[in-house]
Amino acid sequence: MKITRKDVEQVALLSRLELGENDVEKFTGQLNAILDYIDVLNKVDTSGVEPTAHVLPVKNVMRADEARPSLPRELALANAPEQEDGYFKVPKILEG
Amino acid sequence: MELYKQTAHELHAKLAAKEVSAAEITAAVFDRIDTVEGKVRAYITQTRDLAMAQAKAADEKIARGEAIAPLAGIPGALKDNMCVKGVKTTCASQILANFVPPYDSTVAEKLAAADAVVVGKANLDEFAMGSSCENSSFFPTRNPWDTAAVPGGSSGGSAAAVAAAEAVWALGSDTGGSIRQPAAYCGVVGLKPTYGRVSRYGLVAYASSLDQIGPITRDVTDCALVLAAIAGHDGRDSTSIDAPVPDYSKALVPDARGLKIGLPKEYFVAGMDPAVEKAVYAAIDQLKAMGAEYKEVSMPHTEYALATYYLIATAEASSNLARFDGVGFGHRGEGNDIVAMYKRSRTEGFGEEVRRRIMLGTYALSSGYYDAYYLKALKVRTLIKQDFDRAFGEVDVLVAPIAPTTAFKVGEKVDDPLAMYLQDVCTVPINLAGLPAISLPCGFAGGLPIGLQIIGRPLGEETILRAAYAFEQANDYHRRQAPLGEV
Repeated sequence: MKITRKDVEQVALLSRLELGENDVEKFTGQLNAILDYIDVLNKVDTSGVEPTAHVLPVKNVMRADEARPSLPRELALANAPEQEDGYFKVPKILEG
Repeated sequence: MELYKQTAHELHAKLAAKEVSAAEITAAVFDRIDTVEGKVRAYITQTRDLAMAQAKAADEKIARGEAIAPLAGIPGALKDNMCVKGVKTTCASQILANFVPPYDSTVAEKLAAADAVVVGKANLDEFAMGSSCENSSFFPTRNPWDTAAVPGGSSGGSAAAVAAAEAVWALGSDTGGSIRQPAAYCGVVGLKPTYGRVSRYGLVAYASSLDQIGPITRDVTDCALVLAAIAGHDGRDSTSIDAPVPDYSKALVPDARGLKIGLPKEYFVAGMDPAVEKAVYAAIDQLKAMGAEYKEVSMPHTEYALATYYLIATAEASSNLARFDGVGFGHRGEGNDIVAMYKRSRTEGFGEEVRRRIMLGTYALSSGYYDAYYLKALKVRTLIKQDFDRAFGEVDVLVAPIAPTTAFKVGEKVDDPLAMYLQDVCTVPINLAGLPAISLPCGFAGGLPIGLQIIGRPLGEETILRAAYAFEQANDYHRRQAPLGEV
């Protein structure tokens, strides 16, 4: 057992997900089965090996700093679950 | 033959000769959809009005005597994780069930510029996470060759639509095999281009260092045509390759003389269906008979690819899917404060597999586990890529199976995530290395198609298309029709 119920609850919090009692049980079992499989990587000697985050020789791409048309406000807000006075509306963020 | 069963290149010739109109072709495809969609369920959204308007525009161009692009007036489908302005784009998720994008993806824009016709948005595993299309939060798609079997995934709707003749062509996206495996299961052609060859602007991201859009078609010629229509540099995707797009149709020559093909023996994993193995070896014999040189190559890190993939893909997914927070778009749940609202929105909006992958990825990236999991996976990725670099020093293409078996039954693996992941063992290494690979039918077992995988060097699409075309033309697999709906 690598990942405990407590770990699963903590990861759920970090992931901004709610887990019911049954979900914690189920995910703990399933994630352990997957992590057991992933353990195969410990057989590989990676000392001195550079990580590959990206296969392309990517570099920052800059475009000319010119104003271009952007989405009009109505369209940008068209999918908002809640909006008010041309802004996205969210529940309160600050205490008090 | 019925219009809806023909290929894009056959229909293009008829359109150019004014033997048929784009409106007639499009109407025939919708008639076909009406006949068989109840059994297949390939589409989340059908775009009849848009399609008929696009067909009319193509017909007007033809009537004016203007030259038309190869896909002009030809109906196809987009996987429902690609934005089409004003058309619902759901990713088969409840969290985006009502999302209507205010902009076009680059692929949608390019297809529109080519006067192609879009008949609908195809079903997928939610957020492209799955290998069977059973993770769609709306409904599963069925395999046109056997409706008790899955069509594969995640681009299962796109592959099933083409196989069932509900679309002439389709686009899928491939993060770990999501174009190639459903193409194989449905007996059609699917190509994952080189990472960066096709712009992903407007594709809902799953794992950004792996995702790539590509064609699903009835034959290799159509595959080349659709790839040509969507490939190219795009300033709106920072990972887009700035290289000229060749004329892929010139690569389609029906011989394999001088082509060096390699077989990575590690791809024949334990548990592989002997019928699949036999079909792949038979395909190699055929290519040899057509003049190809053959050798076995060793890719010793293949066995680590699946574990590497499931760490990298889920880590990237956990980050990409953080944007679904109930604020700017998508489903919002009730909550008194902002964190409660985030949690409710995401818990109600995401299905189980998506939650599982977000959790795994978050764990792999979390403090204390980052080095052991994520960083370790990135290092093994380097070794996997070096295996390919070495192999391509000796051969031009690699030939392998697409999946260990033919399409499995609906429900068979749905409760065992790891068994489902093992379906991807032959396809994920290619994404980790960013290479192009094509899937095409190379036989049947128990009435279900078997897929052959041909893998190329970076930007080696022409070479794999040539090998695939040579093989296809020596066989008749691509002409067989799914028995479905001949009612």
